[in-house]
Amino acid sequence: MTILFLIIAIVILASAVMVVTTRNLVHAALWLIVSLFGVAVLFAMLNAGFLAVVQVVVYIGAIAILFIFAVMLTRREMRGHGKPLNNNWWISALLSLLTFGGLAMLLSNWDGFSQTPADFPSDFDGVAELGNALIDPNQFVLPFEVASILLVAALVGAVYIASNRK
Amino acid sequence: MDWTLWLELVIKALVLIFALLGGFAYLTWYERRLLARFQSRLGPNRAGPFGLLQPIADAVKLIFKEELTPAKAYKLVFFLAPIMTLVPSVIIAAVIPWGPPFQLGDRIVTQSIADINVGVLFLMSIASIAVYGIVLAGWSSNNKYAMLGGLRSAAQMISYELTLGLAFVVAILLGNSMNLTDIVEAQRDGRWFVLVQPVGALILWIATLAEVNRHPFDMPEAEQELTAGYHTEYSGMKFALFFMAEYQKMIVVSAILATLFFGGYLGPWVDRWPLLGPVYMFLKIVILLFIMIWVRATWPRIRYDRLMAFGWKVLLPLALAVVMITAVGILLAEINPWMIWLIPIFSLIAGAFASLMIDRSLRRKAYA
Amino acid sequence: MQNEWLYIGLFLIVGVALPAASLIMAAIITPKKSNPIKNSTYECGMETVGDSWVQFKAQYYIFGLVFLIFDVETVFLFPWAVTLNKLPLFAVIEGIVFILILLAGFTYIWRKDALEWA
Repeated sequence: MTILFLIIAIVILASAVMVVTTRNLVHAALWLIVSLFGVAVLFAMLNAGFLAVVQVVVYIGAIAILFIFAVMLTRREMRGHGKPLNNNWWISALLSLLTFGGLAMLLSNWDGFSQTPADFPSDFDGVAELGNALIDPNQFVLPFEVASILLVAALVGAVYIASNRK
Repeated sequence: MDWTLWLELVIKALVLIFALLGGFAYLTWYERRLLARFQSRLGPNRAGPFGLLQPIADAVKLIFKEELTPAKAYKLVFFLAPIMTLVPSVIIAAVIPWGPPFQLGDRIVTQSIADINVGVLFLMSIASIAVYGIVLAGWSSNNKYAMLGGLRSAAQMISYELTLGLAFVVAILLGNSMNLTDIVEAQRDGRWFVLVQPVGALILWIATLAEVNRHPFDMPEAEQELTAGYHTEYSGMKFALFFMAEYQKMIVVSAILATLFFGGYLGPWVDRWPLLGPVYMFLKIVILLFIMIWVRATWPRIRYDRLMAFGWKVLLPLALAVVMITAVGILLAEINPWMIWLIPIFSLIAGAFASLMIDRSLRRKAYA
Repeated sequence: MQNEWLYIGLFLIVGVALPAASLIMAAIITPKKSNPIKNSTYECGMETVGDSWVQFKAQYYIFGLVFLIFDVETVFLFPWAVTLNKLPLFAVIEGIVFILILLAGFTYIWRKDALEWA
């Protein structure tokens, strides 16, 4: 299992690096799909089947499609000209290194790494638990409805911006 | 994981893949013979008895065909696109239960590759990645027909995917589970979901027709205006893979429809002989495929703007209405079991209303 | 449960190997006699004019955006549908409110003609 995890983690990281370094926009979108798919596999390995499938439906099936549409519909030239890095790259590299260091410092005090998760009971049904949490008034009813409102806001905003030029 | 488990998996995977391959080969024969019947022709009848060897002859021909790669094509993606189209059509079959589990020696063998608790959502996720192969094929060919076909197909597939997902929600509501085996088991004793929710089944059927780009929704490969759509530039084995993907998708969506609304593997004596399960599935799939081919022989193609309008303005609201009606109906059925029949009544009213609105809108735009 | 996903993963590998193997086999067997005319873009005999990677209708993108929103909505409805039999009345009302809020947005974009393909 650990070996599988390492392979997938490397695939995710490598394809993420390819997304930002490749010059061809469609290649970047395809590498992004590989990376997202790797995350879905990680969810599946963690017994989070629902999250794995939702990752595929929403991220690969909808968001990445939107990227591909955007690339295909707006750009005449698929290859970017000019260097992908500008001269200030070292500042951002330093910043991300510092952030990573800070996170690593914080996490080094956390003892969660050395613990193994408890096994699920055999009749555990994550999806039913999730559904219950969504409709239980003491838990996530309000976020569930707020999510709906948020979606409507996104919908209205997107359509308003997109059709403004007419 | 002991070795018997591996053996079981390998055998099941091989059986499923070869069943799909054989199904694909003979579905082409079935379709050609049926279309010929509808048009008072004979159809392929030279190779073997009733033309039964025709698929083999076609396969041999396609393998030995020269493959052309257009000079202006985007080579890598051009090569990957057929694979990306075929793979979803195969792995979507992994979660479909083909029969009830049976006892073999001292172990229980399930008749599906994987029995996951989010089976229905898995179907939807695979349906959503099926877009990629087609759109990338169209884009990488660097051909205007192919590009238009790929884009049309992508827009059409994402539009009808929402309806597909909502029809899945209807089946989940009725079966109270996302596990496909549970959904089938909930339809025992002839309580097929198509009886409770006929409109839901019809919506799912229309959405799947659009998802697999079949008539009358085959605008992406409309011969008269786009030559062959997204696979214009493909030849030889690569073309065969597209062809294979389309026909395997037809088989698989028929299997999904049979599982969710037509009782799946259930039928008389299926509990005593579990291997009857695949036989019932086969019969149901053949009947559903017959209807698909019948539709192809009967109806003309829908114009593209109307196709999109139908998907967004008719099917999506109708599907949402059907979801709400089903939820309320299940609530009322808790009070009195007979109230469950309010679901079909109200859904049929909603469906009739929707068709009335289509009729009105078509009359208003007499020019269109 | 872990095993089930492993099965799907293995089946995926088989599913990828099958078309890849057939393509490789075909690449070995097939005759290769290409020439520039054969490899030109097929447009029913006409000479190709211009590039085919041009800008298409922005409408495709709008449909993509609207699809994304409703896709997320459908995903939310799935766990709701699974647990409908527990606390039914409240759950049904909750789900219907969820759908109605989104239908309001849907009406807006319909009125805005974002769904017109013209």
